[in-house]
Amino acid sequence: MIHWLTEPFTLQFMQRALVASLIVGVVCSVLGCFVVLRAMAFLGDALAHAILPGVAVAYLLGANLLVGALVAALVVAAGIGLFSRRGGVKEDTAIGILFAAALALGVVLMSTVRSYATDLTHILFGNVLGVSAGDLWVTGALAVGVLATVVLLYKELLLASFDPVLAHTLKRRPELLRFVMLMLLALTVVVSLQTVGVGLVAAMLVTPAATAYLLTHRLSSMMLVAAAIGAACSVAGLYLSYYLNVASGAAVVLTATVLFLGTFVAAPRRGVLARRATKRRAA
Amino acid sequence: MSAGACLSLTSVTVAYGGRAALEQVTMDVPHGGQVAVVGPNGAGKSTLFKALVGLLPLRGGSIELRDRDAEAPAEPIAYVPQREEIDWSFPVTVSDVVMMGRYGRLGWLRRPQAADREVVARSLEELAIADLASRPVGGLSGGQQQRVFLARALAQEPHVLLLDEPFTGVDVSVKEALLDLLERLRRRGITVLVSTHDMQTAQQRFELVALLNGRLIAYGPPPAVFTPEHISAAFGGQALFLEGMVVIDECCPGPPEDEHGHGSLPGDHGGPS
Repeated sequence: MIHWLTEPFTLQFMQRALVASLIVGVVCSVLGCFVVLRAMAFLGDALAHAILPGVAVAYLLGANLLVGALVAALVVAAGIGLFSRRGGVKEDTAIGILFAAALALGVVLMSTVRSYATDLTHILFGNVLGVSAGDLWVTGALAVGVLATVVLLYKELLLASFDPVLAHTLKRRPELLRFVMLMLLALTVVVSLQTVGVGLVAAMLVTPAATAYLLTHRLSSMMLVAAAIGAACSVAGLYLSYYLNVASGAAVVLTATVLFLGTFVAAPRRGVLARRATKRRAA
Repeated sequence: MSAGACLSLTSVTVAYGGRAALEQVTMDVPHGGQVAVVGPNGAGKSTLFKALVGLLPLRGGSIELRDRDAEAPAEPIAYVPQREEIDWSFPVTVSDVVMMGRYGRLGWLRRPQAADREVVARSLEELAIADLASRPVGGLSGGQQQRVFLARALAQEPHVLLLDEPFTGVDVSVKEALLDLLERLRRRGITVLVSTHDMQTAQQRFELVALLNGRLIAYGPPPAVFTPEHISAAFGGQALFLEGMVVIDECCPGPPEDEHGHGSLPGDHGGPS
């Protein structure tokens, strides 16, 4: 049994994959709490797809993909923030337009390369087994930055998420906090690029956080539980990927989904069974 | 301890979604005064409050807040919005929400201190919800949610308190508790504005009434405000005069114990019988 558990990680690329997955699992899940509570899931997904052109350009120039993704993500986050404040169209429409256009632009750019199909697959669905030591450092630094910001601004982000009106009357600048949130989301998407890829990052943002939401009743505990779930799913997904020889990013996401479904049914207070029991007692 | 404040509005005009929702409102609220803001739905009651706390920009006029004592607090005005404006399924506890009232004084990046926790405990005590402190807000009744919001406003230690429709959708005991609280606030010299469509309460429990419908129709003590002319001007065809009584035919958001919001009160300069 112990051998079964340790065997995958005797390989160096698997060790790096494990560290990268853990980082992504934790960061995505923590930030995902705000995504779930502020109903920003669509935005997170859009942001993820919108960084594709940046990645493509970096790829074509032979530059670091993470740097390309980072630049694109920050530009798009700023663009969405600006769009929704001008208010010419509804925010989800603006996001929809931007997101599809960016995805198309990314695919066009990528299709100029001969090895297009494989490379695109890696970007869309991640290639955690190809994480280099350098990537790991960048990922780690971004993750520390995102988590530190969440810890420092916890009070303000909580207030702006729960009651933007009070945030405004207390001069806490909710629009600035929203912008900070968009930037953090952009950085998180970049961090996740190599492990789960552009296509699945939304799942990592939403699923562990939604599971934690069903189990807790304070934002701080929701974040801790979400982080634990995200980390556990990352590890479990890697094992599945290794032993069943399936794509790792997708395995992680499916593990998280199964956990969510189980929680949705059986969670102590907010689960389907518990709510049905309360209703029966009330009746 | 909060001191009272004097609130002066001069020709205040507020636009909401392009059109003017409030025009040329001029009124003075004395230190520690308690004003019921009355008017039909869409009269601009919420708009007035939002303008007072800076959530809506003024198109014209000015609002002046004079503090009785020199030391100005961080947020002199606390605003208690209608409960529907909040996502109550959010994972926060009652004391978390009340603590948010302290955030304005805390400043960025600072954690709540022992003194803040003390103010929170006192505010919970004041609203008789200390036993709910660690409960998630999601499971609370409407009246309990109202108390949480009020406790949060008290934790702000404001000079002026604005309550938007606090009597709507709560039962009689919560309403009485609220009126008791207003009485205690009066003794502490805190200026309070309450919007309501409950004219009976406005008439019986407030020293000043502002009758609003897009503009300020009348402002003063209840007997001077609740005249048939003023009420017709505010409510138009909704006001029915029946044997010395005024009945307002106003559908929707009404408290359940109030028969779908049909408020009534004695007319013709009549006080409470």
